[in-house]
Amino acid sequence: MLIDILFWALAVVAVASGATVFAVDSMARATYALAISFIAVGIMLVIVGLEYIGIITILMMVMEMAIMVVYMVMYMGMNPALMPMDMTHNKRGSAVLAVGTFVLLAAGALLIPWPARVGAPAADLTASLGHAIMGPKMLAMLTISPVLFATIIAGLVIANPRGRYDRWGDDLKRRPPTDPMRGGLGR
Amino acid sequence: MTLQAVLLVAAALFSVGLYGALSQQVIVMVMMGLELMLNGVILAVGAFWWFLAPAPDGQVLLLIVIAAMTVEMAMGFAVATLLHRSRGSDMTDSATDLSG
Amino acid sequence: MTEPIVQVSPAWAVLAPLALLLFALAGAGLNGALVARSVGRPFRSGASAPLAQVARLLRQRRQVTVAADVLLWRIGAGGLVVVAILKILVIPLGPWTLADLDVGVVWFNTMDVMIWALFWLIGWGANSAHALVGGYRFLSLAVSYELPLMFALITPAVAARSLRVGDVVAAQQNLWFVIWMPVAFVIFCGSVIAFSSWGPYATAVGRDIAGGFLTDVSGVDRLLILTGRYAVLTAGAAFAVPLFLGGGGGPLLPDWLWTLGKTALVLATFVAIRHRVPTIRPDRFAEVAWIIVLPAALLQVLVVAIIVVGS
Repeated sequence: MLIDILFWALAVVAVASGATVFAVDSMARATYALAISFIAVGIMLVIVGLEYIGIITILMMVMEMAIMVVYMVMYMGMNPALMPMDMTHNKRGSAVLAVGTFVLLAAGALLIPWPARVGAPAADLTASLGHAIMGPKMLAMLTISPVLFATIIAGLVIANPRGRYDRWGDDLKRRPPTDPMRGGLGR
Repeated sequence: MTLQAVLLVAAALFSVGLYGALSQQVIVMVMMGLELMLNGVILAVGAFWWFLAPAPDGQVLLLIVIAAMTVEMAMGFAVATLLHRSRGSDMTDSATDLSG
Repeated sequence: MTEPIVQVSPAWAVLAPLALLLFALAGAGLNGALVARSVGRPFRSGASAPLAQVARLLRQRRQVTVAADVLLWRIGAGGLVVVAILKILVIPLGPWTLADLDVGVVWFNTMDVMIWALFWLIGWGANSAHALVGGYRFLSLAVSYELPLMFALITPAVAARSLRVGDVVAAQQNLWFVIWMPVAFVIFCGSVIAFSSWGPYATAVGRDIAGGFLTDVSGVDRLLILTGRYAVLTAGAAFAVPLFLGGGGGPLLPDWLWTLGKTALVLATFVAIRHRVPTIRPDRFAEVAWIIVLPAALLQVLVVAIIVVGS
């Protein structure tokens, strides 16, 4: 009973703050509304026994939103605090599609005869996840790691405006390099 | 708390995210819509895992979804940076070079 | 002679914030005393300065800047103390703990990520340039310290083969982790000082930007933020004890007293460091953190993992 109340409260918080993201006109509020939505979902995951995944979700998403808000302010191209933002297109079509999707998904959730539960959760779920990653599921994790590494490199290549010739000169002999940000190790 | 209830909440999150991803013009806001959709996906996978098959495989699937989110975020920020540098704005409407 | 960790009734949770605030006050008192000594005033006047400041801030009128985002500002100001309290829930006091979570180490990490959001919100809420610069400075410092901190936190967990804080303490029965993972310990301590925006890492509240995110806060808000900074510093010092310093382990005295004593010692060191080390610029620190500190943390995990697998 208590779990039910907690779940529905979290559900309302998650959906309401998710909707707030696109309703408010302040970048900071929009971003942190999304963070609250993620925190609510993280707690729901903890309720269904996924302690590690739930807490990791909260960790990741709060961190991501703290960075996201910097990008928001940086690229929005207007005075963030004084000018309310409304940058949307095709609102009605989007709303129709979104409602349609919801009806479809909700009908699926309610009408499909879901099978009964198979198996029981392990006693220590975090440990069982660790064994899965380090055992039968190692290939999945091994695949993720080069993907993440490629992402880091691709992201840097796309975003970095200056290459090594900008830093070290045409013959790569300039020392120290000309960096917009001096200091650090002086490389 | 039943499977149907959690799936309904997940569907609501997904739909709200879809609305945002379609209606927003700024790339960072579009990314927020995508994140919200993935938020619904995470919740749905968690519910399926708990109510249908609580084996470790489902947890690994969730980890992969979270990893996909980080990739989405990193590439989104990189593309937004590039667009902003080359066009002076990060509106999706100004990046239509490949449209028919 | 460490006793096994047991979870106590949640009713004891009311004592945790009290203990935390007492430690935070003691830390502030020590800081006041050190400041007083450095300017040649008597020790005692400095030690009681925090109390005077509490009284002054409680009476001070709250000022609000033009077009401030008051909601987010208040969340940032009030959140620090809450985060510090949530942090210490998983720290065992001798044999007792309030919540022996399966994932206690990750819990602590999650709470310190919350600080990213809170400090930035304090800077944003005021709608003033210096405060926002302070918020940004903290974030740029945060991307430097966070990854090394994560690996420093995971190192004892690797050695204990568990993310549960109780298991980490139990694994140090014979040998404290600080002895065979000193790099991780140093990185952890540095990161705690950094996420409290303290000492050499206090550029976010630096004098060159008129106090950073503290510029425009006054009255109760300022009191909450200052208390919160000492509280997260205390929580970090307290977490070093189960993680690296053997928890309640020690001769003669009872376990809980050892935990408190070690916490006090670590906290006093953190506070004293402020008066010994010059300020570190976040933009220059980034390169050092990513090129020296992060690989050092990874090597430390590697060494520990090899030892654990081999034993």
